[in-house]
Amino acid sequence: MEKSQNIIELKNISRTFDDGFRVVEDFNLTIQRGEFVTFLGPSGCGKTTTLRMIAGFDSPSGGELLLNGEDIKELPPNKRPINTVFQKYALFPHLNVFDNIAFGLKIKKLPKAEIVRKVKKVLEMVDLEGFEERKIHTLSGGQQQRIAIARALVNEPEILLLDEPLGALDLKMRKEMQLELKQMHKRLGITFIYVTHDQEEALTMSDKIVVMSEGKIQQVGTPEDIYNEPKNAFVADFIGDSNIFSGIMTGKLRVRFCGAEFECVDDVEHGTMIDAVVRPEDIIITTPEKGNITGKVTSVVFKGVHYEITVLSGKNELVIQSTRKAQVGATVGLNIEPEGIHIMIAENIENRIETGVTKDYRLHFLNGVLACDIVKLIPGAAMNADGVIVDAGGDEIDIEKIRVVVSVKPDDIEMSDDKNAGILNGHIINLIYKGDHYSYVVRTDEDEDFIVHDEDLWNMDDYVSLVIPPDKFHFSLKR
Amino acid sequence: MAKKICSMGFLCLMILVIYLPILILAVYSFTDSANIGAIHGFSLQNYITLFTKQELTQMISGTLLLAAGSSVLATILGTLGAVGVFYAKKPGKLLIGSLNQVPVVNADVVTGFSICILMIGVLGVDKSTFIPLVVGHVVLSAPFVYLAVVPKLKQMDNSLYEAAMDLGASPAMALRRVVIPQIMPGILSGFMLAFTLSLDDYFITSYTKPATFDTISTYVVNATKGSQTDIKTALWALSTIIFIVVILAVVLMNVMDSRNMKKAGTENEKKKKM
Amino acid sequence: MKKWYFSRRQLGIPYGLFLVCFVAAPLIVIIYYAFTNGQGRFSMENLSDFFTSPNTIGTLAYSFGVAVVTTCVALLLAYPIAYILARSKMKHKTAVLLIFIMPMWINFTLRITALKEILTMLEGNLSYYPFLNTVIGMTYDFLPFMILPIYTTLLKLDNSLLEAACDLGADTLHTFVKVTLPLSVPGIISGVVMVFLPSMTNYVVLDMLYNSTYIMGSLIGAYFSAYDWHNGSMIALILLLIILIFTLFTNRYADEEENSREVHLNGEKNM
Repeated sequence: MEKSQNIIELKNISRTFDDGFRVVEDFNLTIQRGEFVTFLGPSGCGKTTTLRMIAGFDSPSGGELLLNGEDIKELPPNKRPINTVFQKYALFPHLNVFDNIAFGLKIKKLPKAEIVRKVKKVLEMVDLEGFEERKIHTLSGGQQQRIAIARALVNEPEILLLDEPLGALDLKMRKEMQLELKQMHKRLGITFIYVTHDQEEALTMSDKIVVMSEGKIQQVGTPEDIYNEPKNAFVADFIGDSNIFSGIMTGKLRVRFCGAEFECVDDVEHGTMIDAVVRPEDIIITTPEKGNITGKVTSVVFKGVHYEITVLSGKNELVIQSTRKAQVGATVGLNIEPEGIHIMIAENIENRIETGVTKDYRLHFLNGVLACDIVKLIPGAAMNADGVIVDAGGDEIDIEKIRVVVSVKPDDIEMSDDKNAGILNGHIINLIYKGDHYSYVVRTDEDEDFIVHDEDLWNMDDYVSLVIPPDKFHFSLKR
Repeated sequence: MAKKICSMGFLCLMILVIYLPILILAVYSFTDSANIGAIHGFSLQNYITLFTKQELTQMISGTLLLAAGSSVLATILGTLGAVGVFYAKKPGKLLIGSLNQVPVVNADVVTGFSICILMIGVLGVDKSTFIPLVVGHVVLSAPFVYLAVVPKLKQMDNSLYEAAMDLGASPAMALRRVVIPQIMPGILSGFMLAFTLSLDDYFITSYTKPATFDTISTYVVNATKGSQTDIKTALWALSTIIFIVVILAVVLMNVMDSRNMKKAGTENEKKKKM
Repeated sequence: MKKWYFSRRQLGIPYGLFLVCFVAAPLIVIIYYAFTNGQGRFSMENLSDFFTSPNTIGTLAYSFGVAVVTTCVALLLAYPIAYILARSKMKHKTAVLLIFIMPMWINFTLRITALKEILTMLEGNLSYYPFLNTVIGMTYDFLPFMILPIYTTLLKLDNSLLEAACDLGADTLHTFVKVTLPLSVPGIISGVVMVFLPSMTNYVVLDMLYNSTYIMGSLIGAYFSAYDWHNGSMIALILLLIILIFTLFTNRYADEEENSREVHLNGEKNM
């Protein structure tokens, strides 16, 4: 039977811990023979758990795990043609280098001469010839790393799993090993599945990157795809530095954000709420007259290859990488080429305002204050007899350090002619018909943009009051 | 699953075997029978004997007094030794460190015998002064206090002491206000260890004690050789009481521990959130 | 005149003096007594007596017998207990461990009394199986000392090593024999030391269980009662020698462990 191109398939894989925590949810992925695939994500995103399920140390709570088309969910790790390079190497401290590498071969009861030959060959491959008799604890971190790789490779697995294998090495060593691993992969032609939280490592080494967050796949693609066309705000934010602005499509290949209109190359329907991703190197600084938007330089940091320049334009902060220096305090103009703007359709549009807490435990909200049960927001906090909010240990919480995000859904805001009806007033600056309702952008007197959904038609530049029922506010603690 | 049941079964069986003798003795301590076997009537006679017969009460209070006294001495000596040696230069460190190991690995018989020969044979100290006995118990337990304190010193951030001095504390004050509180858990567990070691000791006591004095260990050993049944069964009552005290102490310690852990746990969580 | 300053080091002086007076000096006295005779003259007689008298050699052999069998029995019982506890995922395993070591805090003479009563009931007369009773008594007394060190080493055992073995194709038995067991050797050794030496010397257990055969400890007791301090010292010295050999042997293992731990720490520092 011809082996299929797909070596491993994960179908609807999920994993729920005993305490009900869902580590991996609805995970679908197909990996082809010989690919170098990287699971990338912040710690706790489920990448290691997924790897452990492939290795067999963890079993999925649901879904199918196919190896060469056969379900291996019930197959114990020692029966799988898969080997792992462990995070902290997991070399056996009581065995020397030879016995560590020969461990798997001895279990397979290979003839002695063949074991010796194979160990020698694999040691050559990792550049540690003649290390057979060395004790593990006499090796440096980098050498232990190579032995761990050799120990896995000597068994000629169909898939090699690497669980953050370079995490314990220093920067220079890590760069070297990245290249070596990549070369090794090319030479051997077997499938590598690599887990890391280091985006640069992932971009350098992989054929395919799987970006994960909170147990779910955010995007699968080549390093170029992931970098240039991030699918959502999480991916854009996690991979590389980026500016993310919320905005709206104002016409064919026209988008509005940061208080200006830009041309773009992504064809998204007129009126759609979007997030625009702009890489710092794609923003061009020019004179104020020539710029599409203008702003004031607030900081300039020399970074070696380039300057990192922060510009404040209205309410928006833009991070720019430029080889040319700028003067702090200077007013500059900014332009963005259409190719530099990546449009992502916004999900779950919400009006979000970050704010602080007043002395009497209410929230600053634009020009007013807003009632909010702070005690409930902070885990473990309680109000003591003196009316002071204290943490679980009984110490007073410094409210000045607390930032709260207030969010309101566009559907929960109503507009009124009566200036005293609502808590905020502003002009309608944009409106789009969305089939069953209109989507408005209201710029309040405090210069904050609110998105409001309303079934009735209002006119551009109408001055309206925004009515928000108190129970429609949602509060969360900013981390 | 079957494996799990098997292993749990084994654990339970072992617990049963370990506790069966003590529990059976406990049951019989509440009867008037002189031997294990036939159960006669319920009786508290053993407990009454235990708390009224003078030689028994004297022996118990003597044991406790000796344990308390020797463990306080051992704690002071061992702690001072550990602190001093921790900051000492190499030769002193090596000397005290290795001499400290001797009573730990040595057989108690040899320790007791050698102290007895030195004190009585060479120095001519009278056993009835209790000096050989107390010295023997301190030799037995101070090394364990030392061993309990040293790891705490190693864990301690050395710059704390220096910070205290930097802020104007004298060395003695820095030691008392900063170092001692830091190593307190080690001192306490060393003290507990010293106390239990002294309570459990037979050999050192039997070689160094005054002729008229007895601890629980020496008394029990003599009683098994004798034929006084009322004393023999009164000792069953003693064993039951000690068993209950030990259980209570362990439960209390566990409760306190878990409470501390909970506190530490929430504190950690808090740190994570900050 | 130089002013006297307090220094932390001086705190060690009282304990140092105490150890010299009451640990080092007794050892010197023992060595002196072991190699002199009643007239205070140098003599090798005590040494030659020990190795020529069939009684003392027999006692040494019997002590070794008791100690070897006790140690083996204790190891065979303690290892599975420690293994099950250390590897189990139960929530309160330290509490269960406490149940196993709690008997340590009950006076051992009282525990042996309890055991004696049970054995008397089961066997009728204790003198039928003196060796068996002694081994049971010693095991009962010393089992916690075997469980504790093995449990501690097994608890420290890195789970990823076991996973690595499995990943490389080892089944449960292979993993145990080739990884778990070799890595728990340090724990086994300290357990063996803690049980073996007391089993050679704790003659109270034999006394209480009516075993009239002598072990090494009983010899010291007997010479002591007979005021024969010279021969008593020789026995003490021989025991010290056995202890010394044991300690050197275990230190070698402890050193190796220390080394690997140090390297591990260095490895972490590199991160």
